[in-house]
Amino acid sequence: MYEKNGEKYFVVDSHMHFWNAAPDNWVPGAEQYAKGWIECFHAYQGLGPPETHWSIEHFQKYSEDDLMKDVFEDGHVDVAIFQPTNLKEWYKEGFNTTKRNAEMGRKHPGKFIYNTNFDPRDSDAGLEELKRNVQEYGSIGVKLYTAEWNNGSRGYKLSDPGAYRFLEAAQNLGVKNIHVHKGPTIWPLDKDAFDVSDVDHAATDFPELNFIIEHVGLPRIEDFCFMATQEPNVYAGLSVVIGGLMYARPKFFAKVIGELLFWVGEDKMTFGSDYGIWEPKWQVEGFVDWEMPDDPDLSDYPRLNTDSKKKILGLNAANLYGIEVPPECQLKNGGTPGAQEVLGQPADAHAASGA
Amino acid sequence: MTAPATSRARVPSPAGLLAALETVRDPELDEPITALGFVASATVSAAGDAQVRLRLPTYFCAPNFAYLMVADAYDAVAALPGVRRAEVVLDGHFASDAINGGVAAQAGFAQSFDGEAVGELHQLRADFLRKAVMAGTDQVCRPLLAAGADPARLRTLTLGELPPSQPLDRLRQRRAELGLPAGDDAALLIDPVTGDPVPADAVPLHLRRARITRVSFDANGSICRGHLRHRYDSPGLGEEEQQ
Repeated sequence: MYEKNGEKYFVVDSHMHFWNAAPDNWVPGAEQYAKGWIECFHAYQGLGPPETHWSIEHFQKYSEDDLMKDVFEDGHVDVAIFQPTNLKEWYKEGFNTTKRNAEMGRKHPGKFIYNTNFDPRDSDAGLEELKRNVQEYGSIGVKLYTAEWNNGSRGYKLSDPGAYRFLEAAQNLGVKNIHVHKGPTIWPLDKDAFDVSDVDHAATDFPELNFIIEHVGLPRIEDFCFMATQEPNVYAGLSVVIGGLMYARPKFFAKVIGELLFWVGEDKMTFGSDYGIWEPKWQVEGFVDWEMPDDPDLSDYPRLNTDSKKKILGLNAANLYGIEVPPECQLKNGGTPGAQEVLGQPADAHAASGA
Repeated sequence: MTAPATSRARVPSPAGLLAALETVRDPELDEPITALGFVASATVSAAGDAQVRLRLPTYFCAPNFAYLMVADAYDAVAALPGVRRAEVVLDGHFASDAINGGVAAQAGFAQSFDGEAVGELHQLRADFLRKAVMAGTDQVCRPLLAAGADPARLRTLTLGELPPSQPLDRLRQRRAELGLPAGDDAALLIDPVTGDPVPADAVPLHLRRARITRVSFDANGSICRGHLRHRYDSPGLGEEEQQ
């Protein structure tokens, strides 16, 4: 919990990791990919405040103690949701698997939620593994990385029949939340791999599942936002938005938050630190302090108040995951409407204030 | 590769070479590869052999856009009078070999990524040009709205009625590249796919879409610049800070 000016913020870090990307875990023959991947992550950390940067060695493999201190002791987080990424073609034991997360997390009861993952290209064996993971770790969420390499394939789409089979199975097993991360390689390579229209199809066809689009669809935030206004079960995961822009590019951060508030709405935005890319401490503190700058260029964007920040930092994710929130952290008032309601009104109200 | 006929022309100056590379854009960000810092080096020998080294913000940048930039840089340099032979090399990318080899052999994208692509990249390029048209629409409209223009009035404006500006030139150029109306009598607000004027009731949403598309370009550009700075110590040739 984070407290500032008498207000108590219940913090759910809905997107974080416990990885091992050190050379001892690199697959022989795929070292350049394993190295390239973690270096790319490390570059993202460079977008945070300098005093929070880590050496590449520390970044490749941080310890359980590091995580507990950075996330809970210093980072104000109440409950953290592990989002696995297997990448077994590059990392021998996987990059950040459900198993690795749970082995560590189980030593700290009540602190973690273990999401699992699946890959539709793994077919029947993958379905079995999904079932085992859900039973073993009690997962009600999955993280999907559609650009993962698998046996010569450079990715899949959520609208593929194979993916639907897995979504159906996941739903039957009690999974509620589908976190989606788009990456840069997907077959066929002549199409835009970041395109989100497949998520649109899946969200329409699985209305009882929630789709949380991590990194708010970056680098296709515009496509994501158009889609999110039409799909009531699509959410904006703020990982990378706060970590990557709030410190490094405050003006763009304000615009991106303004756009998200307009199109998606504060009821459907969820905080995620993306730890170990960025520590949650400066993100939580900075976001609570943050206000839309007083700039004519930003004047027509919706504003954030204390309640909006409480929702985004924890209450929205607590809703999605059924996490109990202490009474002193709950909202005293209701919220403002999401994008659907806003867009249903005469549109002049928005464009007229384009100045 | 030998450039046609003009091989007796004077060898281009470093500034001339850079100017050619300035015409090459990252299609995903709609900015010149020079300004983005993607040109690591560019030289030309006394005999007219040009060599360009490109670099990208990450090892895993999307290979299709990377291919387009290498291929476009090759075309721009090879077309320069006085260039006898052009070589463009992309460093530090997981698909460097496929891209460099494919561009050098003029093989096209689908063949360079045999089995991984079903077609060339024309559609992808056009899709992003349409986004650039939307972002450019915001750039042109925002100052008008700030000066008090009624959004409904924007719909009746033609390109020829607007004060001259760099964003306007740029918008016209992008529209022309797509074969969309770009002359003085063309409407300011058009559908970027069909080229039809935007109907009155669709104007507010159109402007909002234009705006978020521009925000997206800017945010992506800032993240790419941050990565590039983290990855390479020295600025690229012709690199410019983001505004």
